[in-house]
Amino acid sequence: MGYEPQADFGTPEVRADTQVTLTIDGRSVTVPAGTSVMRAATTSGGAIPSLCATDSLAAFGSCRMCLVEVEGMRGTPASCTTPVAQDMIVRTQTPRLEKLRRGVMELYISDHPLDCLTCSANNDCELQDTAAEVGLRDVRYGYAGAHHLGQQPDLSNPYFLFAPDKCIVCSRCVRACDEVQGTLALSVEGRGFASKISAGQRADDFLSSDCVSCGACVQACPTSALMEKSVKEHGKPERAVITTCAYCGVGCTFRAEMRGEQLVRMVPWKDGKANRGHSCVKGRFAWGYAHHQDRITTPMIRESVDQPWREVSWDEALAFTAGRISAIKAQHGARALGGITSSRCTNEETFLVQKLVRAGFGSNNVDTCARVCHSPTGYGLKTTFGTSAGTQDFDSVMDADVILVIGANPTDAHPVFASRMKRRLRQGAQLIVIDPRRIDLVRSPHVQAAHHLPLQPGTNVAVLTAMAHVIVTEGLADEDFVRDRCDWDEYQDWARFVSDPQHSPEFLEAVTKVPAAELRAAARLYATGGNGAIYYGLGVTEHSQGSSTVMAIANLAMATGNIGRPGVGVNPLRGQNNVQGACDMGSFPHELSGYRHISDGATRTMFEQDWGVALDPEPGLRIPNMLDAAVDGTFKAIYIQGEDILQSDPNTHHVAAGLAAMDCVIVHDLFLNETANYAHVFLPGSTFLEKNGTFTNAERRIQPVRKVMEPANGLEDWQVTQALANALGLGWAYTHPAQILDEIARLTPTFAGVSWDRLEREASLQWPVNDQFPDGAPVMYVDGFVRGKGHFVVTDYVPTDEKTGPRYPLLLTTGRILSQYNVGAQTRRTANTAWHPEDVLEIHPLDAENRGLKEGDWARLASRTGETSLRVSVTDRVAPGVVYTTFHHPETQANVVTTDYSDWATNCPEYKVTAVQVTPSNGPSDWQEDYAGLTARSRRIAAEPAE
Amino acid sequence: MSGTQDRLVYMANQIARNFAVQGEAVAIAATARHILDFWDPRMREAILAGDRAGLSDIAAGAIARLQASP
Ligand code: SF4
Ligand code: SF4
Ligand code: SF4
Ligand code: FES
Repeated sequence: MGYEPQADFGTPEVRADTQVTLTIDGRSVTVPAGTSVMRAATTSGGAIPSLCATDSLAAFGSCRMCLVEVEGMRGTPASCTTPVAQDMIVRTQTPRLEKLRRGVMELYISDHPLDCLTCSANNDCELQDTAAEVGLRDVRYGYAGAHHLGQQPDLSNPYFLFAPDKCIVCSRCVRACDEVQGTLALSVEGRGFASKISAGQRADDFLSSDCVSCGACVQACPTSALMEKSVKEHGKPERAVITTCAYCGVGCTFRAEMRGEQLVRMVPWKDGKANRGHSCVKGRFAWGYAHHQDRITTPMIRESVDQPWREVSWDEALAFTAGRISAIKAQHGARALGGITSSRCTNEETFLVQKLVRAGFGSNNVDTCARVCHSPTGYGLKTTFGTSAGTQDFDSVMDADVILVIGANPTDAHPVFASRMKRRLRQGAQLIVIDPRRIDLVRSPHVQAAHHLPLQPGTNVAVLTAMAHVIVTEGLADEDFVRDRCDWDEYQDWARFVSDPQHSPEFLEAVTKVPAAELRAAARLYATGGNGAIYYGLGVTEHSQGSSTVMAIANLAMATGNIGRPGVGVNPLRGQNNVQGACDMGSFPHELSGYRHISDGATRTMFEQDWGVALDPEPGLRIPNMLDAAVDGTFKAIYIQGEDILQSDPNTHHVAAGLAAMDCVIVHDLFLNETANYAHVFLPGSTFLEKNGTFTNAERRIQPVRKVMEPANGLEDWQVTQALANALGLGWAYTHPAQILDEIARLTPTFAGVSWDRLEREASLQWPVNDQFPDGAPVMYVDGFVRGKGHFVVTDYVPTDEKTGPRYPLLLTTGRILSQYNVGAQTRRTANTAWHPEDVLEIHPLDAENRGLKEGDWARLASRTGETSLRVSVTDRVAPGVVYTTFHHPETQANVVTTDYSDWATNCPEYKVTAVQVTPSNGPSDWQEDYAGLTARSRRIAAEPAE
Repeated sequence: MSGTQDRLVYMANQIARNFAVQGEAVAIAATARHILDFWDPRMREAILAGDRAGLSDIAAGAIARLQASP
């Protein structure tokens, strides 16, 4: 694709059942009723000059540039605010209009610097374009409008600048921040010609304001007043490639705008169905890690982990690795080998890693980091509905009347979806938040939760059972739906169970700490408020009852009939970009792609025939079991693609012991991550900008990832896996991920209709795509569940064994924040650190005071497992007795304190509940200092070439 | 008992405890099924071979069932 800016039709698309036909400049045009005259003109090929309109925002009608003449109407109405009418006759170019527009333009230009030749907009400026369109030749007012000229730029944001002298006060930025992002950080200060755009209070700059750096205002700005610093640095892009964000499960699509091999900027793609033209600070701006100096681009090996690394050729690295793997297999058998697929890599790469483990190593010891996040979703939704995925597309939220958010913090972890959700809430949908912490969504500009249930961490099942109690005992269940779609006997068993007085909100209040009346009101609202949609995250899954909670959520949705149409459903908000895909691709030790058990003979035979090898019919080891087996001496080698289990998995000491016990640890990553401290082989990886493939987001949407630059390490990740397979003699010969995708489609019924060509044509597909759903399925279970009848499961509340007591009186829960991503390997290597330089511990004022802690003090955080130190932030966002931190920084190693407890069904670790004590401290703990020493030692590279 | 054995017993008990609400007979069958579906063979062998003293009644029932027809 060459470089063309994205089309802008001036005002948003309107959906209407009726069509209207009018005449514009002699052309007959038919558009949906309610469309603006401007959009009707633009979509039919006759653009009208405009400044304050853009199609991501409601029309505003302030600039008076878009005036038109309409037969039978007096004056010259603004085309952006005038809706079409049947048989209307519009003229967009007349001598009168030209004169009026030129007059308006003269006013703008009189207060605008005329340094177009040196302006960083580099001709990518709507003011310049419009001036040319209206044929501006002269400015009668002179060029000395002193209102904006000479004002100093605001350079505080690391990624974009605000140059007030270039601002024409069209307020597109203000409206973008309000309407698209929902943060309301900007305002217009002053009036008339003297009005100015301002971030927050008078003294605020962008960085210190409420701005979350989503970039919506930058995208909306018609001039270079708000502009990416990278455009100023590198110049105007020359070409654009559509690709998919590699950070979170929202799966925003972007135009990677390039100048040669240089990425100039990432601009959200308006046609992207997941993001609809919006973005967050991570995908939009935090791609600098691709060129960070820490990136390793040469393979490295070492005999043992106490030696320095040795840089070697790919051939030598692969031969060394294959030699070790073969020797281990010969001595200890195939079941001593395993691998971990990455939720950050593409579907094709993930599929190849599990194929390497199953067909090449000969074991089913393959797992993925979804183990530590959404494995309970897999178990719970498969058990109740029959397949393991969210039921809705993101658009569905715009039809929801009641939104129930449990254990998720969308504004931080899924920001672009959160903006959609907030838009719907501003339209009047009601919100219920179930979370121990007062997340931002509970109260933000123009959004106020109807109910916030601040439950005690670890009591999700009790809260959901109490809600079910209210729904059943008050007769609010949708029994018609249940009789029609679910197993009625199972429903009755469940209904009997939840109706027990011991499951009433009043009885359970002692456990949940949620006021019963509030819980009752929330349950009534969910059951009777119209379309009820549930969105949940890791606060549901990362518990010893994670799978039970997922099933309890599914029960609630089925009992109230909130399944099978837009606006309802059960929606896991996936953490990493391709968690859904990694799970779909057969990354679990008991499942082949498409969630089919390895013991299923027919499925296994299909794979065996395709791959030409016999497969082990027994389930393999999960990550924690691999580490146990390593300590026991029965698990010896692991290939880890794109994951940092030492930092991301619970009980760091245990992970370290497991890794240290292995004979061959192969880390395939961008950076020498924490896990690489225990590795024998380091295979350099490629970023999402350097590879082709597909990601699948939280709405099951499969979207292409496209290579925009050559891999710095020379190979895309799937090529590295293939080279390793071939070093082991497997003879793979893929030349493009499209061929791997064909293999996936051939072997996976839910992907049968997916191909690279089709994705090139249609941009995205939501699985299942097969004979039954030829174009995919935005909403699942419209006509019935995959397993036939929906399955009600009685979910008993089994409290965690992790208990508070006199020594560890507080409950620690963990989470993430907007600007950082997971273990932070990428975001810490970008300017996003401006917002989150270190992990801090949130503690309630009462608990802080009891311990003599003040804001910013160092504190020791200790559990039965370990201890670390970090600074505290004193806030009533957390309840007394609860503390909270993030896990983005290796220096903190929050997982030193988390325990081995895990979900009963899937071993998903219980990150969300750890009994801890917090005491004052004067700096980093011994472990942190020892660890820093180990890291420095194990990162040595022999004879490092001079930089 | 090794650390791993303790862990396996803990896991079996935890699974059994979550199925217990369905009644002993169903819970024993469900626990056995779960272990068969999700545990690697060496884990199953270890729990079959190991000391069962720490197992709950349901978990012990499930392990006995696996022993009878592994
Ligand atoms: S900064 Fe840009 S978008 Fe905002 S008012 Fe000024 S010109 Fe318009
Ligand atoms: S970057 Fe986003 S949050 Fe910040 S001011 Fe612009 S629109 Fe608002
Ligand atoms: S919301 Fe997620 S997918 Fe979208 S830009 Fe941000 S990190 Fe990327
Ligand atoms: S574009 Fe219509 S008034 Fe500004």
